[in-house]
Amino acid sequence: MDDRTIGRAGFLGILGAGALGLFFARDVTGVIGRAIPNSVSSVVPTNGSWRIYTVASMPNIDPAQYRLRIDGVDLTPTTFTLADLKAMPRAEQVSDFHCVTGWSVQNVHWGGVRLHEVLDRAGALDKGKALTFVSAEVPYTDSLTLEQALLPDVMLAYEMNGKPLSRPHGAPVRLVMPQMYGYKSVKWVNQIDVTSTADYGYWERNGYDKDAWLGRSNGFGI
Amino acid sequence: MASDPAATRRLPRFSRTERLLHWTHATAFFLLLGSGLILYLPSLSTLIAHRQIVKNVHLYVALAWAIAIVAILVVGDRRRLKADWREIESIDRDDRRWLRGRHAPQGRFNAGQKLNAILTVAFALLFALSGFFLWLGERDHRFILAGTGTLHDLLTLFSVLLLVGHLYLSLIHPSTRHALRGMTLGDVDEDWARRHHRKWVDAERTTTAP
Repeated sequence: MDDRTIGRAGFLGILGAGALGLFFARDVTGVIGRAIPNSVSSVVPTNGSWRIYTVASMPNIDPAQYRLRIDGVDLTPTTFTLADLKAMPRAEQVSDFHCVTGWSVQNVHWGGVRLHEVLDRAGALDKGKALTFVSAEVPYTDSLTLEQALLPDVMLAYEMNGKPLSRPHGAPVRLVMPQMYGYKSVKWVNQIDVTSTADYGYWERNGYDKDAWLGRSNGFGI
Repeated sequence: MASDPAATRRLPRFSRTERLLHWTHATAFFLLLGSGLILYLPSLSTLIAHRQIVKNVHLYVALAWAIAIVAILVVGDRRRLKADWREIESIDRDDRRWLRGRHAPQGRFNAGQKLNAILTVAFALLFALSGFFLWLGERDHRFILAGTGTLHDLLTLFSVLLLVGHLYLSLIHPSTRHALRGMTLGDVDEDWARRHHRKWVDAERTTTAP
C-alpha cells in the first residue's frame, strides 16, 4: 500500500465513521452511557441523562411561599398553594422527555396533578382558547392551545422519580407535556394565563416552532 | 545551557500561513470549548444561566472560525499548505516504525504530529457537520438526528484529550517543548531539529546548501 494511502484512508475513515455517528452514535454509545453511574452523569451529561438549561438565574422558590395564579380575560384570578395542589386527585405517569436539541431521558416517573383538574377548579375550562405558562425564571414563558393542554398526559408535576421536584428541574412545580419537545414543559411555573390565541413563548421568539410535536425523525415518534 | 546565540543555527519550520492557520484554529477552539462547556455542563449552565446569549456566542464564533479558515486556505500560501497535507497523509515506513515505539528518523512532521493533524482536521469537519445539524434540528424537527448531540459531545471529549497531549508536548515535556518556537517565531534550533526531525534537516541542507 502506498504511504499516502494509509493517511488518506485513516482520514476518510474517521470522517465516514463520524458522519454515520450522526445517525447511530447514540445507540452505539448507549451501552457505555448506561454503565456510567448517576453521580458522574449529573456532572458530565452522557446518553440518557438530564442537561439543565436555564435562560436566566435559576429560581429558588420556598415551597411554603409558592403560589400558582390562574388568570385571564373574563376570569376571576385564583391562587393555589402547593398544599392546595397536593390536596387534589394525584396523577402519576411514566413518560419520556425529549429535548429539541436532540437528547432524551426515558421513563421519567412524574407525580402531580392533571392540568384540567386545576383549570376546572379555577373555572377556566370554558373561557379562552389557549394558555400561557409563566415561569419564575423571567422572561421564560410558553403556551399551549387549550386542546393540547387537556391531553390526558399533560400535568403539573411536583414530584420526579419518587422525590419532590428538585430545583434544577423546576421546583416546586413544572409543566409536563410529553408529546412535545421539552421547551414546552415550563419549569418553575407560577402563573397560567388564559388567552384567546397561543402566544409565542421564549424560545419561539428566538426561532423555535410553536407547534413542538415530537417528530418522527429522531426515532421517538408518537 | 550557555551557548553563544550567534552560534545557534536556526531553521525556518512554519511559514506565516501555517502559523496563522494554527493560531486561528487554536483561538476558535478555546472560545468554542469555553462556551460549549457552559452550554453542556449543568453546573456551568445554571451558573452562567443566560443560555440564549451563550448559544449565540458559540454559534457566531463557529461561523467566524469557518470563514477565517476558508479565507486562509484561499488567500494564504496554498502550495505550502497542500505540501503540508501531502506530507501529513504520508505515513511512511519510518513513521510506522516510530509509531511502534522504535527509533526511526522523522521528517518535518513526526508520525505523532501527522496523526494529531489528521485527527484535528477530521474532528474540525465533524464538529462543523454535527454543529450544523444541531442548529438546523432546533429549527426544523425533521433534522433532529439520533446521534448528532452524542457525536458533538464525543468529539469534544476526544479533542480535549488530544489537546491535553498537545499542550503537554509543546509546553512541558523537556525534549519536545522547543518545537513551540517553530509555531510562534517560525524557526527552530537546527541541532534540536537534527535530533528530532533528521530527514527534514537532511533534505533542507541538500536543497539549500549553506
